Amino acid sequence: MKLADTIQFASGSLRGSPTRTLLMMLAMSIGVAAVVVLTALGEGARRYVIDQFSSLGTNLVIVLPGRTETAGIGPGLMSGQTPREITLEDAQALLRSHAVKRFAPLTVGSATLSRDALNREVVVLGSTSDLLEVRHMGIALGRFLPAGDINDATPVCVLGNQMKRELFGNEQAVGQWVRLGDRRFRVIGVLASQGESMGMRTDELVIIPVAAAHQLFNTSGLFRVLIEAKSRDAIEQVVRDAEAIMTERHGGERDVTVITQDAVLQTFDRILTALTMAVGGIAAISLAVAGVLIMNVMLIAVAQRIKEIGLLKALGAPGKQIRHLFFAEAVLLSGIGSVAGLVLGYTGSFIIGQVYPMLPVSPPWWAVLAATITALGTGILFSVWPARRAAKLDPVAALAGK
Amino acid sequence: MIELQNVCRTFTVGDQQVAALRDIDLKLDAGEYISIMGPSGSGKSTMLNMLGLLDRPSSGNYLLDGGNVTDLNDEQQARVRREKIGFVFQSFHLVPRLTAAQNVELPMILASIPAEERKARVQVLMQNYGLSDRADHKPDQLSGGQRQRVAIARATVMNPTVLLADEPTGNLDRNTGWEVLKLLEGLLEKGITLVVVTHDAEIGARAQRQIHMLDGRIVSDERRAK
Repeated sequence: MKLADTIQFASGSLRGSPTRTLLMMLAMSIGVAAVVVLTALGEGARRYVIDQFSSLGTNLVIVLPGRTETAGIGPGLMSGQTPREITLEDAQALLRSHAVKRFAPLTVGSATLSRDALNREVVVLGSTSDLLEVRHMGIALGRFLPAGDINDATPVCVLGNQMKRELFGNEQAVGQWVRLGDRRFRVIGVLASQGESMGMRTDELVIIPVAAAHQLFNTSGLFRVLIEAKSRDAIEQVVRDAEAIMTERHGGERDVTVITQDAVLQTFDRILTALTMAVGGIAAISLAVAGVLIMNVMLIAVAQRIKEIGLLKALGAPGKQIRHLFFAEAVLLSGIGSVAGLVLGYTGSFIIGQVYPMLPVSPPWWAVLAATITALGTGILFSVWPARRAAKLDPVAALAGK
Repeated sequence: MIELQNVCRTFTVGDQQVAALRDIDLKLDAGEYISIMGPSGSGKSTMLNMLGLLDRPSSGNYLLDGGNVTDLNDEQQARVRREKIGFVFQSFHLVPRLTAAQNVELPMILASIPAEERKARVQVLMQNYGLSDRADHKPDQLSGGQRQRVAIARATVMNPTVLLADEPTGNLDRNTGWEVLKLLEGLLEKGITLVVVTHDAEIGARAQRQIHMLDGRIVSDERRAK
């Protein structure tokens, strides 16, 4: 019997009992669709988190004061020392590493921002012109902090988008003067609206030169130093160099912590990928259930079509051919079922994507592949027994319907 | 052409051994018209199944065209059935979801014959049996006589050397039964070997060679002069 004829005969017997066939395909397609939709959601969540991290900057290495030890009490605490602060000079020394592309020191404090009668408590970031590049920020109006000597406490500030609206409304803001604490700053730019990115609302920030911030908050220590490595491969080098430089400058004591964005990102990536796989796995159980259903219905079909099987044998079909026919039926069922499931799943993901536009929902290729293979696999696997049973039927008894 | 040597067939029913065929020795020549008669339970259906390779002997040998087919495996036996043997059943055994033409085509599909040739052969056969206008009808839209004619067309489409008919008129009224029988007998002119199992003495008497069975044994084997 030719392959085309086998397929045609099998599809004929599937069409012969449309209700049964439709129900089985429905079960199969719901299983596949569940895998597709759930993994799409999981993958969407993963990408959302990664996008959020990437919006912080690329190839970021962060230096923060104090040594974080996982083993309980750190060396600083044992000797009664507080960690030494990171100074602007320390930060500048980091440029000695060839792997560093640029850096941005960061001082954070809060102050009252006021213009005439309007005032508001704001988060003030002290930094340099490079922050714009390092942190992937955008300028809506005017310009960012001027480049120049890092120690110049120029009284200029860049307002977050929302701060500009609250203080100036639709008025021209650039060129105007505002008060931060007890000092006057001239507005030289307004940040582009960015929304929230990892817990910090850039729209509600005020950014001033780092030296000015040190004067304003009467401090000399930095909150963080953000370093952008020259490339992804250079990140490791930057971490080693940063640790070495800081240790050398701090009298041989390693009292800074260097973290990479990659490390944090990978942790999230691992957690969310595991989650996606778990959810997909649970959905795959429904596929196995669909497989058992196929087996059950196939067994019934063997019983129902017992005379037909007997006839085929009498007409000269060997057991192998009977097995192939039932096999073909299972493959067709699960094949069409999984295609329908994929369509259903992609449609579902698309709808979810429309409802939650910020979630980049798209089913990962491995999940789609796994769902299809599982569907086909269970369909074929669970048809083995019924097909063998049909093939082994005694033709005389089968013709008599026994 | 067909030779059964010392063939026995025993069934196990519960813990008892029941012999359906006992020491059958039989030789059928090509082109013969044979009827097998006997009361129910005499083993005539088992004999037919044995001749059609649907059943295997418990002991003894079955020679077909000089070759021993007892030792063939499932696939080889299926091939013999496909190419040399045609079956006609009492209850027609047409596939209900297939049309008359598709039912006739079925053995050729199993034999991997190309589609164009299948179509042509089906058409010729349907015409010969007066079924042309019924080709696209499903079996449940056909009369009993038409169904049996479709079944005969299906049994002969592969040009078998032996046609085995098990009570071919059993489910038909008298007139239709005679028509079907004449159709079967017409095949003898093409040199086919026709074996008809029946319990109807009148039908059995039409054959040149009449075999009577009782309790799994051949009790008489008579040849009638033409």
